Amino acid sequence: MKEFLEGSRTVARTVRLCRPGVIAAYPITPQTHIVEDLAQMVADGELDSQFINVESEHSAASVVLGAVAAGVRAFSATSSQGLLLMAEVIFNIAGMRLPLVIVNANRAVSAPINIWNDHQDSVTVRDAGILQFYAENNQEVADLVLLAYRVGEDPKISLPALVCMDGYILTHGHEVVDIPEQKQVDKFLPEFQPVVKLDPENPETMGYLGTPEIYMETRYALQETMLEALEVITSASQEFERIFGRALPPFYEAYKLEDAERAIVAMGSVAGTIKEVVDEMRQEGQKVGLLKLITYRPFPADALYEALENVPEIAVLEKAISMGAFGPVYTDLKASFQGKEAAPKISGFVIGLGGRDVSKDSIRRVFEELRGPQTPAKFMDVKTELVTA
Amino acid sequence: MYAPLITKPGSSLERKTGSWRTNLRPKFLQKDCIACRLCYLICPEGCISGKEKNTFISDYNYCKGCGLCAGVCPKDDIEMVPEGETK
Ligand code: SF4
Ligand code: SF4
Repeated sequence: MKEFLEGSRTVARTVRLCRPGVIAAYPITPQTHIVEDLAQMVADGELDSQFINVESEHSAASVVLGAVAAGVRAFSATSSQGLLLMAEVIFNIAGMRLPLVIVNANRAVSAPINIWNDHQDSVTVRDAGILQFYAENNQEVADLVLLAYRVGEDPKISLPALVCMDGYILTHGHEVVDIPEQKQVDKFLPEFQPVVKLDPENPETMGYLGTPEIYMETRYALQETMLEALEVITSASQEFERIFGRALPPFYEAYKLEDAERAIVAMGSVAGTIKEVVDEMRQEGQKVGLLKLITYRPFPADALYEALENVPEIAVLEKAISMGAFGPVYTDLKASFQGKEAAPKISGFVIGLGGRDVSKDSIRRVFEELRGPQTPAKFMDVKTELVTA
Repeated sequence: MYAPLITKPGSSLERKTGSWRTNLRPKFLQKDCIACRLCYLICPEGCISGKEKNTFISDYNYCKGCGLCAGVCPKDDIEMVPEGETK
């Protein structure tokens, strides 16, 4: 049913439809509305779930780890410092091969403290073995939560997933969303069948000492599984369309990319602004396009190569940077094109950190910059006069 | 794809960690032992076995050489000796 809802509420309503048995989270801006809503649903008896209050994000992640280990579907949500505090546990959740979904309200990382949006928090945990999806709008957040459970719980995969939504822009933005019917969700997401679980009748050990004789194999298995997830994501997205009647592209959305001479690659809500600029510039006769990256981990390198190989000039627009190097998506994309013949010219741009507005004008300037020399990590809209040498 | 990440309980026996031992190991003299089992109780590795007097031994596949057994033995019947010493 179509409703006008806040992003956080959209997530809470969708999570309710997923019937998690355990929810644990710690409040943090701008994620709080999500778990506030879920707590209310549990208190009102609208959601049959254990809502476990914890004293930190480290504990929240540990509680959901335990819940999934016991064979129960679980959910958590966090943001920024909270995600970083969860990081140690997230590596364990992935290593123990426990599927669960965490929604991250993307927010900048301290210091200085900043509660506004960028992607530094989630890209920082990209190496953990957790699937990562980025949403452009609230409908996509809801759809990706469903997809994330479905892919993560696939017995071939059995991995956690992080669904990323831009803090404030999406969490606090109201949009019309189509919340699916319970029976549709039940069909897409049948009861959780854990590959292994803690069971006194049939004891198991999880995450016990991996000596040098076996540790490397566990990491190899994680890497191989991540790559296998690319196929599972593809089939799950087809199944999604069959059941819910709307498309959810598996890896990326191509927007006016076919004949584009210049294209921007970006993740998250900024894609909406870019689409507007693309429309305007197309009207002026400029062949520009957008590739909105949805699946960041696993990185769909081959799919991106195919989508972008004929675009001569590409800008990777990122709300994050690996300090002292480049933007993380820029690095991955460059690696995907490394050694290929007639590879596009790929430039990296850092934009919108800590809630700095990304205007249509900024996007236009990025397209303009593409005409100039290749830049690896150019900060856009930065007031250099405020910084002393 | 799965690696042997998840195993049945008791898998600690498969991970022979005795090579981490410091350069001393306990030598059970088996002379004055009264079978009080204090060494068996205190060993953090749970690698001491024995029942009757003068039968207690440590499994060097797991012993870390911490010396707690030697320290607790009321009969001084456990001696810490340098690795490699056979007598
Ligand atoms: S030295 Fe330590 S680890 Fe070894 S048998 Fe004695 S108490 Fe156990
Ligand atoms: S502590 Fe000493 S006396 Fe007691 S059982 Fe062990 S070896 Fe024997």
